[in-house]
Amino acid sequence: MSDESSEKSILGPAAGFGVTFKAMFKKRLTEQYPEYKKPTAPRFHGRHQLNRHPDGLEKCIGCELCAWACPADAIYVEGADNRDDERYSPGERYGAVYQINYARCILCGLCIEACPTRALTMTNEYELADSSRQDLIFTKEQLLVGLTEGMVDSPHAIFPDADEGAYYRGEIKGAAPGTVQQEKHAHDKEAQS
Amino acid sequence: MGIEEKLPSGFLLTSVEAAAGWVRKASLFPATFGLACCAIEMMTTGAGRYDLARFGMEVFRGSPRQADLMIVAGRVSQKMAPVLRQVYDQMPNPKWVISMGVCASSGGMFNNYAIVQGVDHIVPVDIYLPGCPPRPEMLLDAILKLHDKIQHEKLGVNRRRAEEEAEQLALHATPTSEMRGLLR
Repeated sequence: MSDESSEKSILGPAAGFGVTFKAMFKKRLTEQYPEYKKPTAPRFHGRHQLNRHPDGLEKCIGCELCAWACPADAIYVEGADNRDDERYSPGERYGAVYQINYARCILCGLCIEACPTRALTMTNEYELADSSRQDLIFTKEQLLVGLTEGMVDSPHAIFPDADEGAYYRGEIKGAAPGTVQQEKHAHDKEAQS
Repeated sequence: MGIEEKLPSGFLLTSVEAAAGWVRKASLFPATFGLACCAIEMMTTGAGRYDLARFGMEVFRGSPRQADLMIVAGRVSQKMAPVLRQVYDQMPNPKWVISMGVCASSGGMFNNYAIVQGVDHIVPVDIYLPGCPPRPEMLLDAILKLHDKIQHEKLGVNRRRAEEEAEQLALHATPTSEMRGLLR
């Protein structure tokens, strides 16, 4: 054994404290989660939302492509026909029932890729824990995005003299003046249960 | 459980409940039950960056006798089910269970004969945490929700009363087979 190594063995225990001492001046890494919520990546896969057209009609057409794409069978959709006295989306059909079971959903985003109208997108919200499995099934009311400026809650009449295509070409910028919400009828299956 | 069972109901019990709830929630000892990829996120939550020690629970106990919270992290296979139940039975009362991730909560995307379709078939679950796997913040959120639940837990006479009420509700609840509507 050389002199150098024996010197090390004497200083050995003290060198360990040196590491601890230096760590005191390092920047702290810990995230203060409940007090300060660090924003997620902008494209983080969080809870879903069902979008609306600028005038408040729903984008979902009830085609069930999201349910077919889902690898975990977490989405349940039932489509129904729009009527002139009760219109939810500009086209022929709308999603009457829309449920996502978050106890199954793996937040992979395949449903988002499958959606032909961009009706289904994902938010950055991730605080989903709950104390019962039933509360983890989100219904259409919970998933549907809130109303913003210029929107009237669905069901309401289609924009005057516009067709479905006008909505997809982005020609509709907001609800027509004087648009009122229509009465929800018995074929609103979500209300029946 | 102990002395709190013998206390008279009313004011005294309420303050003891609050004190006991506070003490219990502030020093949970989790038992490790990492089964799959969720366990990696659980380890991250315990490590320096998310630091479970801020909530008084950084020590993951290898032995169930010293633990009072089981975080079931990952899919539970049929073969693992009796083991999980045994670990739960070995934990002393009071004890809580978080089912972490969709596989533990409901079977998730593994809807097949090998995986238990939800860990609540085996043990009573207090908090279900979705996500595949849930990010550490989600686990912290679930733990904080559990803390809230523990804080408001009842003791002694109140507990017995609440249990009887829950039993009556469960007895009179509509069976799933008779339910009509969408959540059937």
